[in-house]
Amino acid sequence: MGTLNIEHRTSNIEWTEMLGEQIIKGMAVTARNFFGSYVSKERLTTVQYPEERLTPKENTRQFPFLVYDGDDWEKGMRCVACQICEKECPPQCIYIVKSKDKKPDYKGQLQLYPATFDIDISVCMSCQICVEVCPFDAIKMDTEFELSTDDRFGGLLFSKDKLSKSNEHYRRIHPTDAAAVDEHLAGEKAKAEAKAKAAAATPANPAA
Amino acid sequence: MPPKNYEILPKTSETGEPIGELLEISMGPHHPSTHGVFRMDLVLDGETVVKLKPVFGYLHRNHEKIAENISYLGSMPYTDRLDYFCSMTNNWAYALTVEKLAGLPVPERAEYIRVIMAELTRLQNHTCLIGFFVQDMGALGTPLMYAFREREKILDLFESVSGARMMCNYMRFGGVRCDVTPDWLAQAKQLVDGYGKFLDEFEALFTENEILLARTQGVGVLPRELVVSASITGPMLRAAGVNYDVRKVDKYGIYGRFDFKVPLGEHGDIYDRYMVRVLEMRESLKILQQALRDIPSGPVMDPKAKLRGFRPKAGEAYGRIEAPKGELGFYLISDGSPNPFRYRVRPPSFINLTVLEDMCLGHRISDTVVILGSVDIVLGEVDR
Repeated sequence: MGTLNIEHRTSNIEWTEMLGEQIIKGMAVTARNFFGSYVSKERLTTVQYPEERLTPKENTRQFPFLVYDGDDWEKGMRCVACQICEKECPPQCIYIVKSKDKKPDYKGQLQLYPATFDIDISVCMSCQICVEVCPFDAIKMDTEFELSTDDRFGGLLFSKDKLSKSNEHYRRIHPTDAAAVDEHLAGEKAKAEAKAKAAAATPANPAA
Repeated sequence: MPPKNYEILPKTSETGEPIGELLEISMGPHHPSTHGVFRMDLVLDGETVVKLKPVFGYLHRNHEKIAENISYLGSMPYTDRLDYFCSMTNNWAYALTVEKLAGLPVPERAEYIRVIMAELTRLQNHTCLIGFFVQDMGALGTPLMYAFREREKILDLFESVSGARMMCNYMRFGGVRCDVTPDWLAQAKQLVDGYGKFLDEFEALFTENEILLARTQGVGVLPRELVVSASITGPMLRAAGVNYDVRKVDKYGIYGRFDFKVPLGEHGDIYDRYMVRVLEMRESLKILQQALRDIPSGPVMDPKAKLRGFRPKAGEAYGRIEAPKGELGFYLISDGSPNPFRYRVRPPSFINLTVLEDMCLGHRISDTVVILGSVDIVLGEVDR
């Protein structure tokens, strides 16, 4: 095992020899940093928020939102109320009630939709597990963080109308991920259409 | 009124007159030098500590019991909140234990990414710790701000790969959540190359500074025997001269492939703990350079690993890693159900805190602050 032993560099020095040269040396370092901050961007890293803002990183995650396709959020909502995220959410901040009726999803299949979809973002810990477990790419992480409100109960309980955001919004905040999701969904849709076409063609086959 | 079991200093002089009154004070829980909500019950004779009782539990969040009631994956984000300075190493320790329990392999690239993340965590933890520790000695603000400036660069790297600066939630059973980009690796390489220069500058402030030497050398000495028998781990153990580093002993992950040394102290005092950490950062830079050079391409998740419905077979496992603060271990018992039957954390800073009284007895009250700073505690981990 390679080891590295520390010596007490100054264990033999008498106290009278310690006259404070090293303190001066340390002050030179602070002086270099102080004056350096006027010329070097390296040494001045603070940003005067909120006048100045850093662009958020592409992967940044804050709180979840529900993605919808098209213009109408109620029609285009991808969520099918499977309740996997509700079950997997570690702090249990998601509350879902399934709908009684069904509506067509992006493939044209009839699916349930959430009659109620609430996220209590005062409980949410932004862990992204709901996003990872969602099989329908319906829930994604937003980058919005300025959500302070004076109503700490109702103001922080987001219902589905407030949670719904368009796919364009998702493409804008996470371009790389959104492109992958769009490609995957387009593939699924094409597969479903091909299957439907084949299914439509099959009964005709025996007749032909 | 002296406490009942006060027997450390004589109460009376030889002629039978009382020497002075003892004063019991409560330091904390909201004291700027206690690094969180931590209280010390001190019995003082003048300014000398004659008795010290650490009181903690103010930040207890029921972590272990919560973890027994949610799925294996569900406790991963909670481990971030144990030692909130080092979420990556906490993730790794937990993932390592579950992988041991379930017998999951980890792809090569994921192993390299884990090493890179863990060593970056070690860098930022030790940098910040030194900042806090000199702040406890009265270097108010300035060195801490330099430390935070550099830490922010590392946190930026964490954010761009995992999405969050501190609560990364990045590792998964059988790999890591997402791959790093070549651009990210280039940025990390740039940071690692420049970090040595920052450490030189940082060390110029402290290593031979007269005030630091006077306050730290010979203060808070932990003898070798006590360190071993109290099962202290991490830099505190190595500062006492015991050559024990889990990275070398277990060679978990791929640590066997890297060429690095273990810094060892000699006296076991605060100065040695400081120097061990500085030298450890320099060794971490060596590991990082080797890992960033050798990282192969490939998948980052084992194809057999699955997120939902993860049920390891019945059994038990103890996994441990060398976290920046010491040996971080997780002990899990599985009964085949989706959540662990028993979940236990071995937190390094909690166990390192148990010898606080032995280090502080006989020193001044102002030294207890420095001694506590050198233990490197994070109350999120101590109280769980």
